[in-house]
Amino acid sequence: MELDPLVLSRMQFAFVVSFHAIFPVFTIGLASYIALLHGLFFKTNNPAWDRLALFWTKVFAVVFGMGVVSGIVMSFQFGTNWSNFSQAASNFLGPVLSYEVVTAFFLEAAFLGVLLFGRGKVPQGVHLFAAIMVAIGTFISSFWILSANSWMHTPAGVELIDYRFHVVSWTEAIFNPSFPYRFAHMAMASFLTGGFVVAGVSAWFLLRGRDPEANRRALSMCLWLLLFLAPAQAVVGDFHGLNTLEHQPAKVAAMEGHWETSGNVPLLLFAIPDQEAQTNRFEIGIPNLASLILTHSTDGVIQGLNEFAPEEQPPVWIVFWAFRVMVGIGLLMIATALIGLLLRRKGKFHQHTGFLKTLVYMIPMPFVAVLAGWIVTESGRAPWLVYGMMTHAEGVTPSLTGPMALFTLVGYALVYVVVFYAGIYYLTRVVRNGMLPNEERETAGDNFRRPMRPLSATETPFDDDVDPVRN
Amino acid sequence: MEMFDLTIIWAGIIGFGLMMYVLMDGFDLGLGILYPFAPDEDARDVMMNSVAPVWDGNETWLVLAGAGLLGAFPLVYSVFLPALYIGVFLMLAGLIFRGVAFEFRFKSRRNRRWWNRAFCWGSGVAAFAQGAVVGAYIQGFHVENFAFAGGAFDWLTPFSVLTGFGLMAGYALLGATWLILKSEGHIQEWAYKVTPLLLALVLGVFGIISIWTPFVNPVVWERWFGHLQLIWIFPALALLSAFMVYRSVKRRDEGIPFVATIGIYVFTYLGLIVSKWPVIVPPNYTLWDAASAPESQLFLLIGVLFVIPIILTYTAWTYWVFRGKVRVGEGYH
Repeated sequence: MELDPLVLSRMQFAFVVSFHAIFPVFTIGLASYIALLHGLFFKTNNPAWDRLALFWTKVFAVVFGMGVVSGIVMSFQFGTNWSNFSQAASNFLGPVLSYEVVTAFFLEAAFLGVLLFGRGKVPQGVHLFAAIMVAIGTFISSFWILSANSWMHTPAGVELIDYRFHVVSWTEAIFNPSFPYRFAHMAMASFLTGGFVVAGVSAWFLLRGRDPEANRRALSMCLWLLLFLAPAQAVVGDFHGLNTLEHQPAKVAAMEGHWETSGNVPLLLFAIPDQEAQTNRFEIGIPNLASLILTHSTDGVIQGLNEFAPEEQPPVWIVFWAFRVMVGIGLLMIATALIGLLLRRKGKFHQHTGFLKTLVYMIPMPFVAVLAGWIVTESGRAPWLVYGMMTHAEGVTPSLTGPMALFTLVGYALVYVVVFYAGIYYLTRVVRNGMLPNEERETAGDNFRRPMRPLSATETPFDDDVDPVRN
Repeated sequence: MEMFDLTIIWAGIIGFGLMMYVLMDGFDLGLGILYPFAPDEDARDVMMNSVAPVWDGNETWLVLAGAGLLGAFPLVYSVFLPALYIGVFLMLAGLIFRGVAFEFRFKSRRNRRWWNRAFCWGSGVAAFAQGAVVGAYIQGFHVENFAFAGGAFDWLTPFSVLTGFGLMAGYALLGATWLILKSEGHIQEWAYKVTPLLLALVLGVFGIISIWTPFVNPVVWERWFGHLQLIWIFPALALLSAFMVYRSVKRRDEGIPFVATIGIYVFTYLGLIVSKWPVIVPPNYTLWDAASAPESQLFLLIGVLFVIPIILTYTAWTYWVFRGKVRVGEGYH
């Protein structure tokens, strides 16, 4: 079997970036939630908010730490596997990605330490301010990353001279056409992720009757948030899709499994796309709906994949199904939020065992949806690395051989499996230890000379002979 | 930009960032290398506790230098990383394992043995890979049309293996003298004992590397032996620093061994820079060939000039808070 360094490099990048992405997507939403909890405590002085804030800050610390560890690899990937691309796009990507690093360092140096270790040492108002700044900082970080990514989808503000992009307008390049939509879609995805994790964990505590007061409040808040966010995300996603239709019609055609340009396009619920035959082998759809959604008219014409040469088409099967996974989970989220509203009217959203269990099972769902969404957008741009200007094949490191790429792909997979396993294992222990009662909180963490690193914000042991909370 | 040469400014920033990285992550990687040789588990606790508050701040400089390279000298980024493909992977894997080990070792009992191993092996592999990078830089790269065109193991030669072990020894020396500064009692006694051995090892390996380098690279030969120049001051100062390490250990000074070891490093580093200046992607490309567009360098410079003072302040403050001796059973668990 021939080992293709291009395919392996794409697999490696997809693996590393997917693995990394699940951490920030959670911390961005969680940071805002923690800031909100601090704000509520500041305003009402109700200790329940404080208990929640302290607990979620610990979770934040562990997840943030894992995000940093997995992110280091990302910053080297561009050079090791995509050196031609790095060289060509460095004038734009170099500064933009570096600004992300600069933001992250500034955030960590100035505010993260205060948020994680400043309890009781700085005035409450300062602590609240630090929490807000950390939340804003996570958004600024994602601003830069998504700007760089969006630019690769809809390049603007640059000139290509001798295989090198030169920035003509920083504003046009940074605020490129797909950036506002992608940023809004991702920001809401982060909030949804944070919301579903907090809701699920609160539900888990409620099922066990632990700290019902605080957890009922947390769950109630989350359900209101999700009730608003889940449908709003569908609307934002639709706008993002329309933007994609304008700039990357081949991707939308793949998302819809739409082969021949035509009007009255049905929305396919199920299909088996066959790229070789350039058709779907089997399909069930709702007539005219895709035309209606994409052109706002039932007989609107949508470009089909037949307008693109087969070698310029994205892998339809992957894009088509990843899109359905994402949308399916989105609908599931809307349904969950609506059921929450119904139960609330009967006043028992925090007691209904079936609903609480459902919320626990929903915890992984937003992560799956986010990864599926990224698979849609990234696979859907194939074969382009910088859309319309540079292909994956042109961007890959020329000296890279198949065995080298395979070695590191397997290597990173092994490293990440170990780290991921240890991290998730530890995180579940932090969650199971739960919130500290008021008295313990007063004394915990008063050791001033402790390291100011994210993971040291938790005291939970990694292992011990008896598990104190297994019940 | 007629008034300032941005390329020179950026060379200064990245040179400074790398220097900070080598010095700061150097001593905590060094402790990882010394780890298996420590006299007992108490000593291991103290070794780890002495760097626990600062190690990730130390690695900040690596990330900053890496990101800065992509922004300011993309050719370095896009030649070094493919050329050192396997080495970069090993270094990252090493750094990740030891980073995780730092966090979880203190929280573990049953699994502590495994985290000890992860810490030691991770540190050793990362240090070796970094040393090999230096060796590969001295040797130069096969570059065609602004892209690396050599093989996967071109970087791995007897010379780069030697520089790899050289850096391991150097980091271990930094670690040992750091431990003299931060510990007391039998642990400090042990550190005093190993320092001269490590110093001898470092001098030996650095000496061989220095003699070998001109033979590996004719440009370096020309620079050092062409005509008598001021640059001989750097090896002279490095040797003087080494002598100070030796003398201060004899006199049982606590701070000077570490400072003098830093001296060895700084002067060796400067010596390496003057050997190569202004070639950054050997054998052919200079800093100016490797630079990104001036508007890109300027755009990034603004942010970096803003953040570097903040990082320096934060770093200084952290070291200040955690100053003084680390005692057995103290620290955070």
